[in-house]
Amino acid sequence: MELSGAQILVQSLIDEGVEYIFGYPGGAVLHLYDALYQQEDIKHILVRHEQGATHAADGYARSTGKPGVVLVTSGPGATNAVTGIATAYMDSIPMVIISGQVSLPVIGSDAFQEVDMIGITRPCVKHNYLVKDVTKLAETIKKAFYVATTGRPGPVVIDVPKDITAPHIKVPYKYPKKVSIRSYNPVVTPHKGQIKKAVELLLSAQKPIIYSGGGVVLGEASKELTEFTRALGYPITNTLMGLGAYPATDKQNIGMLGMHGTYEANMAMHESDVIIAIGARFDDRVTGKLDLFCPYAKIIHIDIDPASISKTVRVDIPIVGEVKPVLELMMEMIKESSTKPNKKALELWWQQIAQWQAVDCLQFDRESPLIKPQYVIEQLYDVTKGNAYVTSDVGQHQMWAAQYYPFDKPRRWINSGGLGTMGFGLPAAIGVKLAHPDADVACVTGEASIQMCIQELSTALQYKTPIKIINLNNRYMGMVRQWQEFSYECRYSHSYMDTIPDFVKLAEAYGHVGIRIDKPEEVRAALETAFSMKDRTVFLDIMTDRTENVYPMIEAGKGHHDMKLRVAQGSTTERELA
Amino acid sequence: MRHIISILIENESGALSRVAGLFSARGYNIESLTVAATEDASLSRMTIVTRGSAEIIEQITKQLNKLIDVVRLIDLAESFHIERELMMVKIKAIGDMRAEIRSMAEVFRGKIVDVTPSTYIVEMTGPSEKLDAFIAAIDSNSIIEVVRSGSTGISRGEKGLHV
Ligand SMILES: Cc1cc2nc3c(=O)[nH]c(=O)nc-3n(C[C@H](O)[C@H](O)[C@H](O)COP(=O)(O)OP(=O)(O)OC[C@H]3O[C@@H](n4cnc5c(N)ncnc54)[C@H](O)[C@@H]3O)c2cc1C
Ligand SMILES: Cc1ncc(C[n+]2csc(CCOP(=O)(O)OP(=O)(O)O)c2C)c(N)n1
Ligand SMILES: [Mg+2]
Repeated sequence: MELSGAQILVQSLIDEGVEYIFGYPGGAVLHLYDALYQQEDIKHILVRHEQGATHAADGYARSTGKPGVVLVTSGPGATNAVTGIATAYMDSIPMVIISGQVSLPVIGSDAFQEVDMIGITRPCVKHNYLVKDVTKLAETIKKAFYVATTGRPGPVVIDVPKDITAPHIKVPYKYPKKVSIRSYNPVVTPHKGQIKKAVELLLSAQKPIIYSGGGVVLGEASKELTEFTRALGYPITNTLMGLGAYPATDKQNIGMLGMHGTYEANMAMHESDVIIAIGARFDDRVTGKLDLFCPYAKIIHIDIDPASISKTVRVDIPIVGEVKPVLELMMEMIKESSTKPNKKALELWWQQIAQWQAVDCLQFDRESPLIKPQYVIEQLYDVTKGNAYVTSDVGQHQMWAAQYYPFDKPRRWINSGGLGTMGFGLPAAIGVKLAHPDADVACVTGEASIQMCIQELSTALQYKTPIKIINLNNRYMGMVRQWQEFSYECRYSHSYMDTIPDFVKLAEAYGHVGIRIDKPEEVRAALETAFSMKDRTVFLDIMTDRTENVYPMIEAGKGHHDMKLRVAQGSTTERELA
Repeated sequence: MRHIISILIENESGALSRVAGLFSARGYNIESLTVAATEDASLSRMTIVTRGSAEIIEQITKQLNKLIDVVRLIDLAESFHIERELMMVKIKAIGDMRAEIRSMAEVFRGKIVDVTPSTYIVEMTGPSEKLDAFIAAIDSNSIIEVVRSGSTGISRGEKGLHV
């Protein structure tokens, strides 16, 4: 079969099993768009800004485990995609981004809409390719998907010069079934000796804790993690990226750890004698001040990426490998071992944890006449019966969603953790809804974040992706304001916008339903109304207590044992902001 | 500590910038970097001299290994190896100086590869410290120009770095 480069690209994506492309056309990709027009297998989702395309593809990928695919034009199209590429990179999300490029002969001449996409994205992709030969195009695409989805996943950019896609140059096409790359061997056989040592250490522990992260979600190892945790009877804490990998409502789960994690999870980390980190990368939001991190613990670390191991915290037993097979091997060894978890010690440990839990670190004022954001999330959980896919933006609302919506399943909590990209939530929700048309999809956002990709409301209408936007409108960049309150003596420098749009009218202008909620007693009904409108995107603009802060919190430079807790505010009126 | 990291990398355009970019993005220092094709035209060999604590060197090698184009690498400092650098020095050479420079070059096993009535060019190879020593031994006012290739190295014994 002889095809043009444009046809090869499209046919390769079809052969790869791609369902959706999120994209935006332009000069350098016109041949490609023409080829897309002439087929029906792949659905193209036309976004309103290339950043939206990357986040939508990312949401699709996070909620399915399949790679997200993006198509943008050269120059501004490509640079607009960079934020979304970096977002995916930081959270190890598999994506393939195809960017148009100016024709090969003019590369380097500052041609119209030329930008060095390979150079710009190099530090925020797993790998990138510039296609210089149309006969290598299909193979390059195969390689890109292979690299993006294996090992530690990540985004891969394919930069395609326009002349490579020219309609009149046809070459034989065959999509390779398999590729191998001699310099890339993602499959590692876990080291049995290390695993044995780890199991011995684990079973000797008196105050153990399991610290699991996004790697369990990425590695589809929820089932194995759950069995492992139950078999040991040890407490488990998850990172922000690991929420849902182990059921949050299970009694062994003591909540998220880190800066806005629970008091019990952070105290247990601090006091533990053995930690097993599973697919987590000791991020600074998790560890707090490194010198103070887990002073009494021996640490086991399972990670597919050797570079994640001993990067910030030195570990005692590193295990390089995929979570799933490693946990399976561990389970076998635990079953066969004559040593059993130390029941007596464990009992004492759980008693200690219960004392920390009694602090009730997630309490908030339930009598307030104002809408408490935490209450909204609790109601959201209740109305969706804990089954929704929840995307979020970045800020206080993100932390509240993580704290008050217990996820029992993986891939339900979709947020930008590593890069912390405001603007992520709405386009991501569109991607999730396309992948799961029958599921409830909520986007928890703030009045600042939502404005960063608000234009995608238009995309949501065009493709009939009825999502529910829960705008926790505190009339502040709350997260910034909170830091200014704590660390800058309440100098609220530019964390407030003097003009905030009327979101109800805005939603209506985009063809959706907008509802404004001012009182706590209206919240429940509004949520029920929103989720009952199965075929409409609903924008709930919820006026929350603008002074509310996220607690508990580890402030900069502090350790896990030194959390700032909410002091009971007593008052039921709006707290005065100094 | 000083380390010499030797890398086999796919000979693709942009391979060098991936390595150099990694060092600058992560704040690692590069003392020198040399690169050239190998006997297998599809591969380049790169030698990087860097300094850092054991933890940093461990991260450097892990991060380099993570680059998709890197086929294999070793830290030569970890075993017996031979290190060589090429240097050419253009030196003012008039009157008595001419004999002195000739004998100094001889002591350091250098060669004089260009002669004019007022200058010499001395070519010398060796471990970097030897080249440093030669420079230190010459009157700095008489040095017109110094060019150094940066170090390359190879491990001793039977083992080699190949695919
Ligand atoms: C405003 C804000 C506040 C935040 N506060 C917190 C907080 O309080 N607590 C918190 O935890 N985070 C918080 N974060 C998120 C934080 O920045 C990091 O993104 C997060 O902690 C990283 O999670 P992780 O360690 O699970 O790693 P991930 O980024 O999910 O990385 C996964 C790790 O698993 C490995 N891996 C991938 N696949 C596999 C596999 N198949 N097998 C084995 N290993 C694999 C990868 O190599 C990597 O090391 C916050 C973010 C924001 C924006
Ligand atoms: C693109 C981008 N710019 C800036 C920031 C820094 N930042 C983090 S949270 C935040 C405020 C978010 O405000 P809002 O969306 O209203 O959420 P809230 O904290 O009020 O819930 C800002 C500016 C960021 N994370 N992303
Ligand atoms: Mg806000």
